[in-house]
This record gives sequence, structure tokens and C-alpha cells, in this order.
Amino acid sequence: MTSPGSRTFVAYVEDKPGVLNRVASLFRRRNFNIESLNVGKTHMPGVSRMTFVASADRDTALRVEANLYKLVNVLHVEDITDAPAVYRLLALIKVRVEPAQRPEVLQLVEVFRAKVVDVSASTLVVELAGTGEKVEGLVAVLRPYGIEELVQTGVVAMERGSGHGPSLASASLRPRFD
Amino acid sequence: MTGPVHSPLIPTDLPKLAQAGDVRTGAQLIWETLAREGVDIVFGYPGGAIMPAYDAMPGYGIRHILTRHEQSAAHMADGYARASGRVGVAIATSGPGATNLVTGIATAMLDSSPIVCITGQVPSTLIGSDAFQEVDFTGVTLPVTKHNYLVTRAEDIVAAIREALYIAASGRPGPVVVDITKDAQQASCPFRWDSKPISLPGYRPDMPVLPPEKVAKACSMLAAARTPVILSGQGVIRSGATDALIAFAEKTNIPVACTLLGLGGFPASHELSLGMMGMHGEAWVNQAIQQSDLLIAVGMRFDDRVTGTLATYAPHAKKIHIELDRAEVNKNVKVDLPLLGDARQILTALTAEVAETKREDLWAGINNAKGDSAVRDIQTLPDTGKLFAAHVIHDLWRYTKGAAVVVTDVGQHQMWEAQYYKHDYPRRLITSGGLGTMGFALPAGMGAFCSQPEGPAVWVVAGDGGIQMTAAELSCCAQEGIKVNVAIINNGFLGMVRQWQQFFYGGRYVATPIQSPDFVKLADAHGLKGLRVTERGEVRAAIEAAEASPITTVIDFRVEQEDSVYPMVPSGAALGDMIRRPDSATPVDAQLGHNPIFETAKD
Repeated sequence: MTSPGSRTFVAYVEDKPGVLNRVASLFRRRNFNIESLNVGKTHMPGVSRMTFVASADRDTALRVEANLYKLVNVLHVEDITDAPAVYRLLALIKVRVEPAQRPEVLQLVEVFRAKVVDVSASTLVVELAGTGEKVEGLVAVLRPYGIEELVQTGVVAMERGSGHGPSLASASLRPRFD
Repeated sequence: MTGPVHSPLIPTDLPKLAQAGDVRTGAQLIWETLAREGVDIVFGYPGGAIMPAYDAMPGYGIRHILTRHEQSAAHMADGYARASGRVGVAIATSGPGATNLVTGIATAMLDSSPIVCITGQVPSTLIGSDAFQEVDFTGVTLPVTKHNYLVTRAEDIVAAIREALYIAASGRPGPVVVDITKDAQQASCPFRWDSKPISLPGYRPDMPVLPPEKVAKACSMLAAARTPVILSGQGVIRSGATDALIAFAEKTNIPVACTLLGLGGFPASHELSLGMMGMHGEAWVNQAIQQSDLLIAVGMRFDDRVTGTLATYAPHAKKIHIELDRAEVNKNVKVDLPLLGDARQILTALTAEVAETKREDLWAGINNAKGDSAVRDIQTLPDTGKLFAAHVIHDLWRYTKGAAVVVTDVGQHQMWEAQYYKHDYPRRLITSGGLGTMGFALPAGMGAFCSQPEGPAVWVVAGDGGIQMTAAELSCCAQEGIKVNVAIINNGFLGMVRQWQQFFYGGRYVATPIQSPDFVKLADAHGLKGLRVTERGEVRAAIEAAEASPITTVIDFRVEQEDSVYPMVPSGAALGDMIRRPDSATPVDAQLGHNPIFETAKD
């Protein structure tokens, strides 16, 4: 799901001030390039989860992981690029639509399983959750109508199936040494 | 004229430690924590935002060394840490006091030295307002610290300082900053002490035991190797692995090359010792590495000054990398077998399993290569009345019986020291390797002295450029009763830059000639002893006079002005392509195309 040359990491970090800055600073300092970054709370109190996509080959990915573990506030890191996983980002697209064009636009929105979340006399705001490709697809078909605004979140990812995700007390927090 | 105003090195006042529940100010808790953690000396400089802490300092049995610049405070803490293995502590105020520490912090970061820097910060209510002497110090130091803390409540001070000391010293050591707001120092709270060992959920410096299959793999690689070389780095010293490395090298008969920071980790006088590798390493060492079929790297990180151009580095060699920091594996050089963990444990495990081996062929080749080395030849040069830095360092080694703690800056003198002072003991060479910081040597040497006032003599070896960056600390030596011997390798140039200008910039000496004060008078102005040496015949007497003197002694060694460090791998060249010390058979003009170099091996 990650584009070639890119790798997707999931990192559990302590929910403390400045942790995002530490992670971003590490990437900048080590000359690793972040394509997408998302951070948010988890079900575990005091623990945030980051998903980030970085341009890296396998070797670089191992060093990204090792460097992240050197940050005192980083609890657990996983490179999930090669694992089956669900990837989502959320996009809001404000598109210019005259009343006459509404039906065909709504049809397109339907095809992409997107939602219209705001309607005005001359615009619609479309919400789409999906992969990056899906968002690009919808943007491409809406572009001829005239896009006024577009905003999207970074990608979030989660491995499919059970047995993933550490609990704070578990031994799975330990970095791998192979 | 007043005498030195110094307090005794060993504090005589007894600590007044708190009981659980006693109410203390944050300022008191700083010293309470340091004293309980065994810190008995700090290096620092007071100022507005750290004044509450200074006011609370007396009575905790902690000695304070008043430096002349905060950069020196960080270097002193660093030198203290490197000489002793204990954490060095520096203290400074907010804003400029804090930013002055940064060079010292970065120096400690690049050389993995455990220091803790405690800084004052403007009151928490003023943070972000551009208050007087406010700087975002945790922001500034984020990329040059192992970790840092901003403490805004008195209740958090004890834990932050304890964690800082723990993080600095454990795993791969490094600098930690604890930035404490003035209001946190002034506020009070009940004292609490958690006697359990510190455990941080995201920080696990302990390493698992090496799996037996990896030991077996390493042993089979060792058995297959015909021309192996051990590359011994600072990790050997940090893990106390010298004995384990000697045992491993002796059982396998593998020669040992050291990095600059690794010097002393394996005794230079050991028959398996090759010497220093890298840009100014000895030619036969680099040649042995380039021709090797197996490198066993221990606690070193394949720095660019060690490898030359990576494309041609040790092209025939498989690589085993014994390393504590997983992020170093495959960073610069791709390795075939990483062994992650503590160097001493891993070497001990390998020694138990590896087969005993004789390697006479290997040694015949190496001894053959040693024959044409100018570095070795210069030691037997006749005395022609000229004073060369190599002579000074060589004599320093002889007359200190190779036992001094030598502390160097960066540059020509640093390389000459590394080449001619044969280090047989770990923690007796302290030098700024990674960051290459001028001005490091004098304060770091002072810190080293403070870690062991009764220990071996401390010799600060610095150039005439570097010494001037922190020469004000001579005043601190006088005030605090610190005894170091300062050997200034004075050639009237910023020597290493001049050498590069000579070799690579057409001999245009732009901004490298440097005028110095009269260092003898400078020492005298501080109430210290100053000596000048201009001929080789005077070197011994000066060294002995300095060692016999109870006060810091500065020796101005007026060495040849345009001497260069040989051999040299030009930056970005292959490790085997070294510029050798020219001799009369190969005129230097033909080799380099410009300025003749004064000294030759046949002078």
C-alpha cells in the first residue's frame, strides 16, 4: 500500500510535550525524508500513536527504527510496510457546483463512497476517507468542476488481523535486535 | 598580590541531607539529588536565572569550580567524565550562559561522553515572552543531547536530575540537559526519594545476551580469515573491555588497530598492536585494513576520518561489527555480521568459543610494510638543533613514562600526539575526536585533574590557536588550585588548516598565520609558571620542571613553523592512498607541485 521507495512505520510514543518535535527533529537531523506524518491518542492513557511514511529502503528503514528507539520517549516502533494493513486518510474537498450540476457530482460522490457534508448555493464540501490513491481519483474527477479548497490528513495505518499493537507493560515494547 | 582563592578539592563540609517529607525549595532539591547520587563537584558559572540554585549550594558537600566561560564548564565536565567514567556535571544560567554550553554539549554528544548540564531558565510564567536572557534551551539542544528536560515545578526536579544522570551514564553515554525555571527553583515542596532503580518505559539500555548461533557464525568467519584485523574504538574503553580484547586478540593472534578515540583501549606496546588507523594513521595500519579479508570492528563507528572514501574501503574484507548502538550498524559501512551488545561481554563470549590460531604469514607482511614508514623513522632522527613537534611529543611520552593523562584539542598537535605518544592505558587520552573542538584541551584537562587530583599527571597538549580559545581558564587553574601541565605546540599557524592550504589550496595561507601573546608572560600574569623551549635539548628539563611544580605550568614549545602531519589520506581519497612524508629521493615539488616541506625523514 506504501508507494515504492517509501516505508510506513507505526510508533507508540509517550504523550508528553515536545515528543512530536523530537521525532521530527530526528528525521531532519538524520536526513530521513518524511512524506506523511500523523499523531493521535490511543486507547492507552499517556500513549500516542504516530503513523509516518518515509522515503527509505530496507536498510535505511532499520536505521530509522533504531534511531527512533534512541529517543527516550519512544515506546515501540514497527515497520509495517510488508505486512497486510489498512491505510486511511481523510480528505475534505470544497468543489464549485452550480445547482444544475449537483446531480452528476452527487453521483460521482456516490461512486467513490464519499459523503457530502456541506452544501451552499454554489459549493459542496465532500468528505472522503480512503487510501491516497482513492483521494487522488476523486480529486481528478472533481477537478473539472473547479476545486476551491482541499485539505487532507496524513495516512494512518493498522495491521490486519489480531496480535498486533503492544500494551505498555508487555515485553513486545522491547526493540528487536536482529 | 593576593594568593589563590581556592577551596580545598575535597570538600570538608558535611552534607545536610533531607528526610522524606521535609519541605525543601527546588534549588535545595537540585543539590540534594546531586549529593545523593554521589556528585561531589560541578563546573559552572552563576547568573540571574540560576541564582536560587547557587544560593542553596553551600552545605551539600559539593565543590564548585568557577570557570571563565560556560563552554569550558561543559568541557570540564566532559574531561572529568572521560578520565573517571563518572558523570560530569556543568551548571549555567539561562540565555547566553546556556548557549555558551552548546559547543561543549555537542562535543560530548559526538564522543559519547556522559555529562549532565543543569541550566537556569526564566520563570515559567515568562516562557515564550522573549524575557531577559530567555532562550528555548531544550529546543536549542534537542539535536545535540541524548535527552533533555524542561522542569517548571519544584516537584519534578528530583526525578528529572536522577533520570538525567541515569540516561547520561547508561547504554551509549551522552549529554543530558536539565533546564529548570527560576520559579521551580524558588518554589517549595516536600522531599520525596524513590529508592527503586530508575525505569523508563521507552529507554532500555540493557542488552540481551548474544545468541549462540551468532557466536558460532563469528567463529566460523574468524576461522576462514587469513588476514584479519581488529578495529578497536572508544567502545572498548567505555565498556572496560581492554582485558577481554587482549585475551581475544592473543588467542586468535589478530593484530589490533585503534581509532583516535580508541587509543589506549589496547596497549600500544602490546606485540599485537598495529597503531592508529585513518586519515593520519600509520601507513602499514591502513594498508593492513585495505588488504584484510576480515575486519572485526569493536565499539567504533566507521567515521569518515577512519574509512577514507567508502567506495574503496577494505574491499576484500568481510566485516563483523561489535556495537552497542543499533543505529550505528550499516550506517556507513555495510557489515556481514552485527553483534549487538556490550563489547566486553561479546569479546569474552567469542574468546571462549574461538579456536586458537597462529598467523605468522600475516605478521611477515605487516612487518615488511612497516619498513618504509616515516612516522617510525622520525623517532630516531638525530638532534639537528631544530625543534619538531614530533620530538616534543615523543620526549613527553618518554619522560612521563607513557603514563600521563594527555588531553588534546584538534589539529596537527592532536595527530602528532596520537602518533608519538604511545598510550598503554585506557582513559589516558582525552581528545575531541568527533566534533573536533578547538579550545577543548585545557578545560577538559582541568576536569580530568579534578576527577583524580592524586592520579597521574595531566598534560594538556594544544596548538597556539586552540589554547587561545579557552586560555582564560588559566585564571581558573590559579583560583581553584588545579594543577595541569600545558604543552603549547606553537608554530605560529593554525597548523592543520595551513597544511591543507599547502596541500590542496595552492599554498595560499589565508588567515592561518596567528599571532600569540607571550605564553610565558601569560602564565606569569595568572601567577602560574611559564617556560619556553626552542631546542630539543631543553625539552626534557622543561617536562620535568613542569611535573615537579605544584602549580599549573605552561610550556611554550616553539616548533618548526611549516611542518606537516604525515602520513595523510586526503579527504575523500582511498585509505591506501596516503601522502607520505617526503624524503630527498623524491623531491616534494615533484610530489605536490608546490611549497617544499622543510623536514624530511633524512634531515
